[in-house]
Amino acid sequence: MHTITVDVAIVGAGGAGIRAAIEAARQLPGSEVALLSKVYPMRSHTVAAEGGAAAAWQDIDSNDLHFNDTVSGGDWLCEQDVVEYFVAHCREEMIQLEQWGCPWSRKPDGSINVRNFGGMKVPRTLFAADKTGFHMLHTLFQTSLKFPEIRRLDEFFVLDLLVDDGRVAGLVAMNMLEGELVQVRAGAVVMATGGAARVYRYNTNAVIVTGEGMGIAYRHGVALRDMEFMQYHPTGLPGTGILITEASRGEGGVMLNKNGYRYLQDYGLGPETPVGHPKPKFMELGPRDKVSQAFWHEARKGNMVRTPDGDVAMLDVRHLGREKILERLPFIRELSMFYAGVDPIDKPIPVRPTTHYTMGGIATDQNCETSIKGLFAAGECSSVGLHGANRLGSNSLAEIVVFGKVAGEHAAARAREAAQPNASLLDAQAGDVEAWFNGLLSRKGKEKWATIRDEMGLSMEDGCGIYRSAELLQATIDKLAELKERVKNVGVGPQSEVFNTDVLSLIEIENGLEIAEAMAHSAIHRRESRGAHQRLDEGCTQRDDENFLRHSLAYYNKDAAPRIEYGPVKITKSQPAKRVYGAEGASQEKNSKEKGNG
Amino acid sequence: MADTKTMTIKISRYNPEKDGEPHLELYTIPWSEKTVLLDALQYIKDNLSPDLSFRSSCRMTICGSCGVMINGVPKLACKAPLREYQEGLTVEPLANFPIERDLVVDLTHFMEYIQALKPYILGNIRRPSDGPNKQTPEEIAKYHKYSMCINCGLCYAACPQFGLNPKFLGPAAITLGRRYNLDSRDKGKSERMEKINSENGVWGCTLVGYCSEVCPKHVDPAAALQQCKVDSALEFAASVLNCKKKEASHGNKA
Repeated sequence: MHTITVDVAIVGAGGAGIRAAIEAARQLPGSEVALLSKVYPMRSHTVAAEGGAAAAWQDIDSNDLHFNDTVSGGDWLCEQDVVEYFVAHCREEMIQLEQWGCPWSRKPDGSINVRNFGGMKVPRTLFAADKTGFHMLHTLFQTSLKFPEIRRLDEFFVLDLLVDDGRVAGLVAMNMLEGELVQVRAGAVVMATGGAARVYRYNTNAVIVTGEGMGIAYRHGVALRDMEFMQYHPTGLPGTGILITEASRGEGGVMLNKNGYRYLQDYGLGPETPVGHPKPKFMELGPRDKVSQAFWHEARKGNMVRTPDGDVAMLDVRHLGREKILERLPFIRELSMFYAGVDPIDKPIPVRPTTHYTMGGIATDQNCETSIKGLFAAGECSSVGLHGANRLGSNSLAEIVVFGKVAGEHAAARAREAAQPNASLLDAQAGDVEAWFNGLLSRKGKEKWATIRDEMGLSMEDGCGIYRSAELLQATIDKLAELKERVKNVGVGPQSEVFNTDVLSLIEIENGLEIAEAMAHSAIHRRESRGAHQRLDEGCTQRDDENFLRHSLAYYNKDAAPRIEYGPVKITKSQPAKRVYGAEGASQEKNSKEKGNG
Repeated sequence: MADTKTMTIKISRYNPEKDGEPHLELYTIPWSEKTVLLDALQYIKDNLSPDLSFRSSCRMTICGSCGVMINGVPKLACKAPLREYQEGLTVEPLANFPIERDLVVDLTHFMEYIQALKPYILGNIRRPSDGPNKQTPEEIAKYHKYSMCINCGLCYAACPQFGLNPKFLGPAAITLGRRYNLDSRDKGKSERMEKINSENGVWGCTLVGYCSEVCPKHVDPAAALQQCKVDSALEFAASVLNCKKKEASHGNKA
């Protein structure tokens, strides 16, 4: 096996990974920073983010307001010191992106514009029309080309980490085009591999969002934190799950049931706001968990439109007018026309909730470092503690740059102090990885990974969906255990070693099963309802701060079920309160302001 | 794919360890009005031939992974509805690139050319603490279209010049250079013009315009390349004029 030695290795070349690479390169001039990804950087899923990135931007806004929205939006399961750091650094990172060339949408005077987003009290979402992730990713990728320190290893699929005495020492990856394994020794490793919504059947995610990064860290004993919190985005296209941005509602779009009624007013988000005058934290500008939950109830009542792809609500943006739709939502129009056959200028868009974002992930401290020294995680694969039980839209595009930078900076520091690698030990570990990989290549059996993937995805929808119960979750847990046995009988046919996506799909699905298990077990143990984790069974339908104002920590347990433990939640300045939106939220805010003033 | 309609499509297969050259294989797949080619490829991989290799990621026309030739025309597989190909459908890897396996081509040169054009802001010393640059919507409009390139490579598969000379920097890379040249925040134009004017730069373009026709994002690389030619011609004229002026003033002094 070929061996290369670098200072820092970064796994994943989406927004977080590239931002980390740039920062590590800046910190270590003349060094070598390997940036590995199973796809070319521009194919990373950051590219599909649409709506925008958050920062307290206007004079009427403040870091405190952004903090409050984020912490209450996360149903108080956020690490508040992390949120404080985050809100204080969003602005700087947005300006940095601007100076690197990001074409933020502007006002006529040339200053950067912001838009409304769900759960945000003040318009604070910077945007580049409705292709914000695309522009951010391309800006970061193109800027990364400036740094000779960054050595891109495009289409390298990372298989495992090398760890020496509790300290990360590198990784083993497959060069997909050559079909060869390579050992990459590094003083620090950053995981930036994205989420895992592909363990669900219907999702907004790219097919690559399968969660190996989480799986690899997990098998090395790092906790996966808060995995029961999976975000359903309220507006995916039926069938495909393709994302219709929340910015459609931020710009003023309304959600209708089959009777043309704005049903969100019945679910704690009202009273109804005038069409064309969106009001922050009311109605369509509620947070994603609440809006998706409202859909679930309406569908139960038979109030949604029946289609061959399931029940749908109608997202109506017609009143925005042609000009505004073309300026602010051109991609949404293109996607709706092509994938749903609907021009939103003339007709409402059929939408339904689909899985979108993995709130939990690889547990890290506020420097993005995991329990393995020198191993970092940033972006969606990580749980730095920002999102709690529900992420607010536009906080994740800000997260990838704010914490991508943090991870890169601290990884560089670890690389500086790294000791000489123990070559024989690392070679032996790499040899084990190779033996395991060769075992996969010669595995025989009648099962197909595609069948396992589909059964996993449907079972996760059934048991680990918008609403859960012990009974439903147990059925999913049993199914996942069965699939973990069956996946051992997936055969990989003899074929070329070049670009063997057959065996890579199998690896993705094996990792997916581990992650799905962590999600389902974390969910069944959380006997309360909080944010995106809502339970129907008796005694679990309310938030229970006494027992569950705690992070879940799922630990890998080989063939047995994951071990679920709990960790404390850091509270600095926001004591848990009732989480309310609409009129009730407004009156709560008013009361607390008066109290504060008194 | 509960629909009962079926279609037989031809897909180019190539195993570099066994096959001397690519060959077509037939696959029968179910389809509906909504099925796109990428769905069909995934169906084949899931159900008929797990060893079929192709690239894909976002499945919503923004990541640029899934470019292929459909009946000889470069297209994104995620943007090609099967209903439009009921007369027959042949899928091959993107033209003008070396084939690695099945529908996967080698993009190494393409990535190098993108890097060669220095597609990043140069010469602007502003720091985050200085606050953002101002840029009016009119200034953005100058380059915005050229910033929409998804690097899918369809324009290279369409470009006869790239087919003849694989060293030609090509439509997407030069367009990206143009995008930064037009950005009011950038001061790196002269650095890029060197490359744009080089032997394998913009003058290799013979104005066929097929690149713009196949671009799935309407970036119009052909226009960008023509503008580059005008720019470099003007630059050349200016340098000649300067030279003459210098000669003249030199002459006066003498």
